[in-house]
Amino acid sequence: MADVTGEIPLAAPAPRVGGVNPALVTIVPLRALPLVAAALAFLVTAVIGNWSWALDFLHVAGGGLWTGVDLFVGLVIGPILGRMSIPARTEFATRFMPKMLLIMPTLVIVTLASGLQLARLTGDLAVPYPNHWWLVASFIVVGLMAVIAIGFLEPANLAVLFELKKPNPNGQLIGRLMRRFVYTAGITGVLQIATLIIMTRIATW
Amino acid sequence: MSGQPTGTDRQLPPITTVVVVSMAAVITAGIYLAAYLPTQAPLPLPTALVAVGVVLFLVSAVMLTRLREFAWFRFRQVGGWVLLAYLVIVGMLEFVLVIDQTRGTLLALLTVILLIFALDIPILLGFSVARYQEARDSDPA
Repeated sequence: MADVTGEIPLAAPAPRVGGVNPALVTIVPLRALPLVAAALAFLVTAVIGNWSWALDFLHVAGGGLWTGVDLFVGLVIGPILGRMSIPARTEFATRFMPKMLLIMPTLVIVTLASGLQLARLTGDLAVPYPNHWWLVASFIVVGLMAVIAIGFLEPANLAVLFELKKPNPNGQLIGRLMRRFVYTAGITGVLQIATLIIMTRIATW
Repeated sequence: MSGQPTGTDRQLPPITTVVVVSMAAVITAGIYLAAYLPTQAPLPLPTALVAVGVVLFLVSAVMLTRLREFAWFRFRQVGGWVLLAYLVIVGMLEFVLVIDQTRGTLLALLTVILLIFALDIPILLGFSVARYQEARDSDPA
């Protein structure tokens, strides 16, 4: 498992795909891991201390970024990417996808854990029906997004990166997987609009 | 070339579908339980959903073990790191549950949900990457 970062060249003279040397494709940007660890440490501290400001900050900032990134990727970057040539897409993917591999899971765990804890603290979890349906709706939307993101989007993301590391990447396969990435990012983007509606409704009841 | 199917065009069992359905089953159980918070939900339905998730996870594991000519090194490489990452994530969620005084059968059920979730994802991601690699794709080091 030692070379999952992909920072070790796999083959010396490799052809360039979309202007990128496959041997230098990075799967996980190791230099960003301390930032992830810091975010998680902040989350644990906030949960242990029932620190309401920090929980609110983590939920609002994490959720805002998660929603914003999903909407931007799904509805802005995605359609642009879909119209680019395969070499251009692969070059973009090489630089973009490793960052998404760290950013998105971190935002998701920070937002969900702080949100649940915050709802418990503020009493929103105990709100009676019919208002409780808004909470249930938010759980359902998050569940749908989890299945789509983990079941379809992330596998396509990883498979593209590993394909790019091959000496002779399969352009058609990369195109197919990127198309799946773009479609699923679009679906999660639309689901994020539902999240925005639900969260603003909960915040104002 | 030998004319044999390559890593990118050969037929493989529907492991991805089975794992996604397993994951969907345990997530649905989690949503059902969360919908009753802060009171405890009736447990028969979520227990049945978790059982479906466990069985499908085991089915996917059996299908995996029966694979021949598969890029096992790549599967273990990706799956191993993903397992580590998701054990951290699931550990944090379990920590939040314990801090919130979740106890008894409910905690046990939620723990199984988190465990199946943490085991499904490495299989899903490891398989999704390894299926496009050549079977002889071994440790480049």
